[in-house]
Amino acid sequence: MKKEDIPQDSGPLEYMTPELCYVKNSNGSYDTVKSTGWKVKNEALSDAWERVHDRVENARNAVEMGLKSPIYFHMEKNIMNISILSSYVKINRLRVWLHMRPSVYKKLSARLLFRYAKVFNVKPEELNILK
Amino acid sequence: MKDNFTHLQAAHCENGVITKLLRLAGHDYMTEPLAFGIGSGLFYLHIPFFKFNGGPAITFRTAPGSIFKRTCKSLRIEIASKRFRSEQNAEEYLDFLLSQNHVVGCQVGVFNLKYFPPEYRFHFNAHNLIVYGKADNTYLISDPIMDRVTTLSSEELNKVRFAKGFLAPRGHLYYVTKTIPVSEELIRKAIIKGIKRTTSDMLHIPGNVGGVRGILYTSRQVRKWREKLGVRTTGHYLGQIIRMQEEIGTGGGGFRFIYAAFLEEASKYCKNDELLKISDMFTQSGDLWRENAVNMAGILRGRSTEQSDFDHIADILIEIHQIEKKAFTDLSNLRLK
Repeated sequence: MKKEDIPQDSGPLEYMTPELCYVKNSNGSYDTVKSTGWKVKNEALSDAWERVHDRVENARNAVEMGLKSPIYFHMEKNIMNISILSSYVKINRLRVWLHMRPSVYKKLSARLLFRYAKVFNVKPEELNILK
Repeated sequence: MKDNFTHLQAAHCENGVITKLLRLAGHDYMTEPLAFGIGSGLFYLHIPFFKFNGGPAITFRTAPGSIFKRTCKSLRIEIASKRFRSEQNAEEYLDFLLSQNHVVGCQVGVFNLKYFPPEYRFHFNAHNLIVYGKADNTYLISDPIMDRVTTLSSEELNKVRFAKGFLAPRGHLYYVTKTIPVSEELIRKAIIKGIKRTTSDMLHIPGNVGGVRGILYTSRQVRKWREKLGVRTTGHYLGQIIRMQEEIGTGGGGFRFIYAAFLEEASKYCKNDELLKISDMFTQSGDLWRENAVNMAGILRGRSTEQSDFDHIADILIEIHQIEKKAFTDLSNLRLK
């Protein structure tokens, strides 16, 4: 890649830092140059986020229809899966999976709810708010 | 140490941390491509049947942490690294090291990393940064992918050091303990060792999913994906490849440009002009990877959806395979001494 070909597109990195790229300069040797982003990368990134948002929407519907507990919604919202969530709350995977069931979730103690809420960065009483 | 610390920006986090730590230990000649090449950072692996974030598991680099270990071993630098069970012990040990004037590298997860833009906060646990001091309750942080230094409070740093999930850091920290001045001769030997290890990794790894043959495997898969999975899912898969290949921390083209820069430096140390020609081949391959990323983004965004578009991507992958195979064969035939 030549130094003048390096793309300078705007994207989410703009407010954090320009990134360093290795390019050929006019003498034909390697040099570094800073780039603010590349739109091809941004498209891949926003596609990944669209997929996350789809999953969150599905999770919201499932919770509203009473198929899953709010824990499931918050898990999807934090891009976690059961194994990541279980290691954050330090609860066995099987128990976490059970807590995704509305009937089990209803009987959860305040202490357990507090542990989940802490991982999801919300207040315990906000667990039921799906946003 | 915190008063005269100068920040160093790098394309890839692990290389950046190594380069900075080694330079501080007196290895002034160290540059990012050199650290990457001596540590044999370049690799290719497409793990079959295994999904990562709901996409194909493809990597363009060796396992996290191995670049550091190999570079230091080749240059006879002694390092210490430690993981912890409790957050409190991890913090106390870090404070202890900082009070001894050590500069410490830390492995962290990016999900809770405050200064990253929200778009980049996935559960990715193999990010590296340097802690170079503590003032009151704030740690002074030098993150190699940023263009300036930053700070994190002790709670924020503890949270990212104890991120959970795949490759969980468990408070992993590392620092240089002992180093001897190295001669030009030793650097040359280290470079040759790094080149040899990369060539054998890329050419002779058993099976057909790793090394240069792995690129052919990916090419065969891409051809099949449209029929098997449909255009939309394939788009997500290709998007994942683009991110593994181009996202911040690769220097572009799936590390190929950094490797080309390394070979260019190696040619100066080894006084061998053949290396420059091979370096050009890697530049060419990196350009093709980037060109392919543009094609993949076309499918991802629905601009091109025909089977011929998929075949085009697969064909370019075959071309990349041929170029890299030739480059590595030439490298192994050089008989560097």
